[in-house]
Amino acid sequence: MNDRVSNQGTAQTAEASPIVRLDRVNKHFGNLHVMKEIDLSVAQGEVVVIIGASGSGKSTLIRCVNGLEPFQSGRIEVDGKTLMPNGASGKSLQAVRTEVGMVFQQFNLFPHLSIRDNVTLAPRKVRGMTRQQAEVTADKLLERVGISDQADKYPTQLSGGQQQRVALARALAMEPRLMLFDEPTSALDPEMIGEVLDAMRELVNDGMTMMIVTHEMGFAREVADRVVFVHEGQIVEQGPPDRLFDQPQHERTQAFLSRVLKH
Amino acid sequence: MEFNFQFDWQAAIDSLPFLLKGLPYTLLISFAGLAIGFVVGIVFGLMRISPTRWLRFPAVVYIEVFRGTPVLVQVLFIFYGLPTLLGGPINALTAGIAAIAFNAGAYISEIVRGGVQSIERGQREAGLSLGLSPPQTFRYVIWPQALRRMIPALGNQGIVSIKDTSLFSVIGVGELVRQGQVYIANTFTALEVYFMIALLYLAITLSLSLALSLLERKGLVG
Repeated sequence: MNDRVSNQGTAQTAEASPIVRLDRVNKHFGNLHVMKEIDLSVAQGEVVVIIGASGSGKSTLIRCVNGLEPFQSGRIEVDGKTLMPNGASGKSLQAVRTEVGMVFQQFNLFPHLSIRDNVTLAPRKVRGMTRQQAEVTADKLLERVGISDQADKYPTQLSGGQQQRVALARALAMEPRLMLFDEPTSALDPEMIGEVLDAMRELVNDGMTMMIVTHEMGFAREVADRVVFVHEGQIVEQGPPDRLFDQPQHERTQAFLSRVLKH
Repeated sequence: MEFNFQFDWQAAIDSLPFLLKGLPYTLLISFAGLAIGFVVGIVFGLMRISPTRWLRFPAVVYIEVFRGTPVLVQVLFIFYGLPTLLGGPINALTAGIAAIAFNAGAYISEIVRGGVQSIERGQREAGLSLGLSPPQTFRYVIWPQALRRMIPALGNQGIVSIKDTSLFSVIGVGELVRQGQVYIANTFTALEVYFMIALLYLAITLSLSLALSLLERKGLVG
């Protein structure tokens, strides 16, 4: 618990120059306005959990942060680089992606590569590491997420929970400054959710800056410095987890929480 | 009704040395044509799925023209027609290889397109999110998986193209069928000779099928 306090301390001093800043971002899918004037900053070391109903735009929001989704107006700054509307970011797009890791709902491991090669590919091709260097790092990370004895297997030979932990190790191998999680446990069988959350918890304790989209409200309350509630493409309410979960101010937030916290 | 005709095994075996002189031509046209056709197919298949209209459009025209016309007409056009434009004759072997290359290339373009498009969107996103550039993502993530999925369709195209080379007897390439026709003109053993030719084609296509199924099985893990 002391860790969390010190994290928040860092968060406050870094307030002046956040690592992520979305500035009046708008995004349309055809006629659908999926992100409306989104303003959001994330401080160094902060853990921000984004919640909301399906189709509220919460996944779209974090996918904009590493440029997987283009947006139509506004700007996004990530670690000092700027993403521009309509895919006009140029070189800063790849620069941002190099510093930002992402874990997907469907794991998206590379099925034609062994577990170890999944983890070493980007460090070798992007960071220019030798195979040996990259493998030393990969083996350390795989051990950290508890997969070290499976390094020579292929993704389809692993359970969903194991695959997602490999996906986490793969992202961490690039030594990202920020990690994005897009519903990392939604595709998992219930008995495998815990092992993935444990791996993420460890990352929180290491002080990683994280933006997490999840339906795991208990986990959100436990690890978040701030919870952001998104409804119909807008940030309706945000705040520390205790306040947001226990005394939601906005009726939309209240309605959403009463539905998800019942079960 | 009475058959005064019997299959003459001796005649069949006797024709073999002469027929086998055509084998190198059949193999050369098939494999040189398919090798070039593979490269052509990759180039046009990728142009076909390019976001740039000016790359897509020529690819569509090429694919539709070469899929929509018979390979026999294509080789006649190249061998008899093109020299009028070029002002000099074209070697029959070259014409045959070119016809296979461009004909198979059109079909392979569609195989490449289908293979690449069949890879889940999340694979590309995972590659990009790790900081790989779009070309790196294609080369290390998309292409190896697409190629594996393309193997059965490529094998099919290989077999079709090998059989298509039999049409090139009409431009006088001394491939299997042409050799057979010349032989029959002297011996009148059509039954035996065409039977042997059919066996030779079967030997080539079965070897290809076998090689590809081994390749596919080897690539199964992962």
